[in-house]
Amino acid sequence: MARKKKTIRTIPQARTAMPEQSPEARVTNFDEVACGYRLEDALVEAERCLDCADQPCAKGCPVGIDIPGFIMKMTAKNFHGAYDTITDTNLLPSVCGRVCPQESQCEGVCTVGETLEPVAIGRLERFVGDMAIAEGWTNIPYIEPTRFKVAVVGSGPAGMACAADMAKAGCAVTVYEAFHEPGGVLKYGIPDFRLPNSVVDVEIEKLTRLGITFECNTLVGRLFTIEQMLSEMGFHAVFVGTGAGYPSFMGIPGESLGGVLSANEWLTRCNLMRGRDFPTYDTPLQPGKRVAVIGAGNTAMDAMRVSLRVGAEKVYCIYRRSAAEAPARAEEIHHAQEEGIDFQWLTSPLELLGDSGNNVRAMRCERMELGEPDASGRRRPVPVPGSEFEFETDMVVFAIGTNANPILGQTSGLKLDKRGYIATDENLATSIAGVYAGGDIVTGAATVIQAMGAGRKAARAMKAYLGLRDTDSVYLPKDTDAAGRLFGIDRRERNFARVHLA
Amino acid sequence: MPDFEIVTRADLSDVTYLLEIRHPLLAKAARPGQFVIVMETAHGERIPLTIADFDRAKGTITLVIQAVGKTTREMQQNCRVGTRLHAVVGPMGIPSHIGEAKKVVCVGGGLGVAPIYPQARAYKESGAYVIGVLGFRNKALMFWEDKFRACCDELIVCTDDGSAGIKGLVTEGIRQAIAKHPDIDEVVAIGPPIMMKGCAEATRPHGIRTMVSLNPVMVDGTGMCGGCRVKIGEQVKFACVDGPDFDGHQVDFDDLMARLGRYKPTEKSAMEAWQESCRIRSATDPASAAPPAPGR
Repeated sequence: MARKKKTIRTIPQARTAMPEQSPEARVTNFDEVACGYRLEDALVEAERCLDCADQPCAKGCPVGIDIPGFIMKMTAKNFHGAYDTITDTNLLPSVCGRVCPQESQCEGVCTVGETLEPVAIGRLERFVGDMAIAEGWTNIPYIEPTRFKVAVVGSGPAGMACAADMAKAGCAVTVYEAFHEPGGVLKYGIPDFRLPNSVVDVEIEKLTRLGITFECNTLVGRLFTIEQMLSEMGFHAVFVGTGAGYPSFMGIPGESLGGVLSANEWLTRCNLMRGRDFPTYDTPLQPGKRVAVIGAGNTAMDAMRVSLRVGAEKVYCIYRRSAAEAPARAEEIHHAQEEGIDFQWLTSPLELLGDSGNNVRAMRCERMELGEPDASGRRRPVPVPGSEFEFETDMVVFAIGTNANPILGQTSGLKLDKRGYIATDENLATSIAGVYAGGDIVTGAATVIQAMGAGRKAARAMKAYLGLRDTDSVYLPKDTDAAGRLFGIDRRERNFARVHLA
Repeated sequence: MPDFEIVTRADLSDVTYLLEIRHPLLAKAARPGQFVIVMETAHGERIPLTIADFDRAKGTITLVIQAVGKTTREMQQNCRVGTRLHAVVGPMGIPSHIGEAKKVVCVGGGLGVAPIYPQARAYKESGAYVIGVLGFRNKALMFWEDKFRACCDELIVCTDDGSAGIKGLVTEGIRQAIAKHPDIDEVVAIGPPIMMKGCAEATRPHGIRTMVSLNPVMVDGTGMCGGCRVKIGEQVKFACVDGPDFDGHQVDFDDLMARLGRYKPTEKSAMEAWQESCRIRSATDPASAAPPAPGR
């Protein structure tokens, strides 16, 4: 029997709600705020997809996931098939489903969203990813080993994505990580209540099943250089995904007072080093009771909500623009507001004041108003004269962005751009042959999905560099006309690598 | 993959001990002035420790540690030959610039004696005339005098109580060296911040370039957290990736010392909790090891 055609009027009209911890409960724990769809929620929400012809969602996705494809498999209750569809493109659905800013990507252009609320694509992706974890599914293809050794520097999302692709292409991949645990920003930066570290660990374990080796406690650049990797250590290609991370401060007086930290430091102490479980874990925290976080991006939201959970009585967000310009993911701002964060929009810090023990005790600020747009297109904040005021705070966290980490620039011949990030061409190749780079170390601070997209893009270029051909791009003579062939050989062939038909 | 095994353990005093750790790659890469970040256990904190020596042939690095807080005291108790650390990562920091100086004074105060040793040795190997100035509280706390005699052209030992060498702080030793040698190119000083500040002030009127090695609180050691920021002249630098060596005449030591005090309340409670747990453990299990006796 043919299915009745779905129209905007026949699909469930309301976006299926996500079960969540109440704000009062969740500020006392680090458990996930969004608890995840139950099976019935996922099926109802999957029905809301119209499987429309132009598929704007797939185009809106930075890595081009076949979104209608996986959702249709869900409606047919083929969840394993949905998982395979997603993971053909995106390795980490449990991660991206939780942290992608879907409202400005797939969901932002969803056809259903023109009339109703968009299909909750991210929640569906997360549902599939979590089911895969629970069921132990992996998408490991047949891998024919090659003779190539590839190194990946950094075990964050960019490195993980590149490593997976190179491993699937048959290379022996080693991922080097400076910290004692892999995962990069997924581990140290994003708190457990948004992305549990246990999920990150499961995904990393799947990578080891692809044959990828993780070596932690390895500071590339200092323990050995990129150049040594290509010469002495026998790597044929290297991907650099070391992330952004040389935190910015404002340069206002008082920044060296005790209790003034970068968001990176605050989050690393709380998340990776589990300072919140002091004294079971040794890293000191000394959280403030009245915390002020400067910034309104995802990192700032994380810093504020972590502060609440480790005992702050009052948490302020100090942001020089208004809510409309705040760069954080919409859901995070919404959750932060529900949790009682005090948002001081259009406010900019002038000075941090200390007590006799050299710890911060107050912040002096001024109010701002939005003037003409600046180079980024956003309206520039200008101070309102006479609006200075002071308030008490015993911890100030700067979440205003980062600069490029200097270690690789100090220790290798890699060419940097004028901001200190690694210079790359349109294929993410660096100035050293065989070395590619992607993610925050190239673009500056961005998102997990963009880093993963960069990792995959670099992998395509690295495979071309090594002369590896994907099995799904076989050149058959009948596909090429005479002009594309020379002596019967397709001009697109650039090497003598054997073609394996899977 | 290295397993951070401890191959040698020596107690230099009741508070200072030496660990030699097997890590061939690290030994090969280590240069004077660099440090490592160590985690004793999976739930430990990350602490920076300067590399006091490295043996590329043997494949080991040496750390000399002072037991001041919970972690270093616990390590003093637990880190024996054959045990392993949870994590050792490095070598971190920009290596010390062993320049063209022809005459150098290498100053080590207390625990600073250990990390200044590879610098003194490197300067000697570069052909410079090396004057070593070592400061200890008293004769019983002295260590590595023989290693320094082997690489220094002159060695001035200073003790607070005069029980060995001259009586006084290392600044007195520096003054004597400057008085005797008008052609000193550079002074390198490592030790507690107050000592390095004193050394910088001792050389400032003579305009002698003075490099110091800063020891702020650190977490990652790779430049991503900014916890180790220090004020150098008008600028803010991160000691882990922009240092740890800086021009002593530009360093704001008061700021460094103030920032070092931030976690004192936590350090105190951690120490008290640990000492209490040790007391309970040894009371309920008499066989559990007591802290090691002092000795060489």
